[in-house]
Amino acid sequence: MTEVTSLADAVAELVHDGDSVALEGFTHLIPFAAGHEILRQERRDLELIRMTPDILYDQMIGMGAAGKLVFSYGGNPGVGSLHRFRDAIEHDWPHAIELEEHSHAGMANRYSAGAARLPFAVMRGYVGTDLPAHTRVKPITCPFTGEALVAVPALRPDVAIVHAQEADRSGTVQLWGIPGVQKEVVLAADRALVTVERIVDELEPRPGGVVIPGWVIDAVAVAPGGSQPSYSLGITTRDNDFYRFWDKVSRDRDGFQEWMREHVLEPSRASR
Amino acid sequence: MTATNEQATSGEVQTVVAARRLEHARSVFIGVGRPSTAAILARMVHNPDLVLVYESGTIGAKPFHIPLSIGDGELAETADAVVSVPEMFNYWIGPGRVEVAFLGAAQVDRLGNLNSTVIGDYDHPKTRLPGAGGAPEIAACCQEVVVIAPHSPRTFVDRLDFRTTVGFGDGPGDRARLGFPGRGPAAVVTDLGVLEPDADTRELTLVQIHEDVEVDQVREATGWDLAVADDLLRTPPPTDEELSALRELLAR
Repeated sequence: MTEVTSLADAVAELVHDGDSVALEGFTHLIPFAAGHEILRQERRDLELIRMTPDILYDQMIGMGAAGKLVFSYGGNPGVGSLHRFRDAIEHDWPHAIELEEHSHAGMANRYSAGAARLPFAVMRGYVGTDLPAHTRVKPITCPFTGEALVAVPALRPDVAIVHAQEADRSGTVQLWGIPGVQKEVVLAADRALVTVERIVDELEPRPGGVVIPGWVIDAVAVAPGGSQPSYSLGITTRDNDFYRFWDKVSRDRDGFQEWMREHVLEPSRASR
Repeated sequence: MTATNEQATSGEVQTVVAARRLEHARSVFIGVGRPSTAAILARMVHNPDLVLVYESGTIGAKPFHIPLSIGDGELAETADAVVSVPEMFNYWIGPGRVEVAFLGAAQVDRLGNLNSTVIGDYDHPKTRLPGAGGAPEIAACCQEVVVIAPHSPRTFVDRLDFRTTVGFGDGPGDRARLGFPGRGPAAVVTDLGVLEPDADTRELTLVQIHEDVEVDQVREATGWDLAVADDLLRTPPPTDEELSALRELLAR
């Protein structure tokens, strides 16, 4: 049964040092507020899983929360590099992180296998590239046709965290717009936290709406604007200027730390 | 029509030439940046029915503005269908339903293989690049690939530091051996010209140069001994319609 709770309480209960944590949202509905709460609670040595690390994981890596990163595209979309991600890999700053890297198709299939509680997914991909030598994929032969295929191991994060537009009072969630892997990651994880823009008395069906029943979610927390500078379609818009601004802020270690202190760590919890 | 008294820049020519390749395409898979601009331009001037597919899951997006990210709200709001990432790759990309893929890369080799992972050694890279994203499976499965890249010796290299995405692999027959349904790179469109794979060797060959570009200039900007087609074409310059549409799009 889902509990509608505060974000601080949900993070305190569900996210522990050393956990594998997937904060998903494919460009849309990225759970920034929850990630920032994880930083305020100073979780360490996390295995951070995300297809597109985006600014959120740039911040979490730069603040030293990550022990390992599992991902498929580590860029600032449309802008360029993620400088904290690069600094961690190129210069071990603030410390070295372990990497496990895949393609988008591989990550999507890994989440699907995790949601189905299957040990792996079968796909065509990776072959002919240098990726297999550096990641966890294996060749597999189709038992029916003999076709050579690739197996990717299921992703089963300890914790999934996603953002959505709304939930009802029983904690059933509805999201619409780009659905990414939101449903897959919630069903693949052992524990799931969903932050929402608002709680409504009754969910109104939306075109393309994805509904996730409350009984597969551990906690729902209200976090208005909680996906900014990403967005929640119909409620907030993507703050493209911030994505460009981040390119400047994040280049410099001191400037980055100062920005994080001022905008993420220090704002009092009473105001949230 | 807007007067286009200023001459086209090399970047504008590159975008216009890439857009022309979509004149008869049914669908195109695009990332952000110049590929996206070119595809939107193609819809404006050549092919209003062109289906734009972004890896965020938006199929048939009709953006008025050039999106910054592949997941901007306007793409979802204007799409014919918005699907999950597993559906995008397993039901749409994998079976080769998308005709053309526009891809970029940090490095391109003579067989059209691409690197978007690292410069230098994988474990201790000089430059860590974003990584594969959707490119390996897109390049394997879409019916044809058009690479859009700036022409410089840093980009067009003799040897990739990392093979993220297969073009023609190690040579003729490699794609079939790997089981790829798509035909592979059809062209590489640069700011200097267009390279296409040789019919027999699959080696990228200069087949077209843009206005005011010399062959030697392209050779110098290529990190291998570049083959040049006997019947080298000169790119027809952007028309007033193409150039004014592109400038209007960029100004939106």
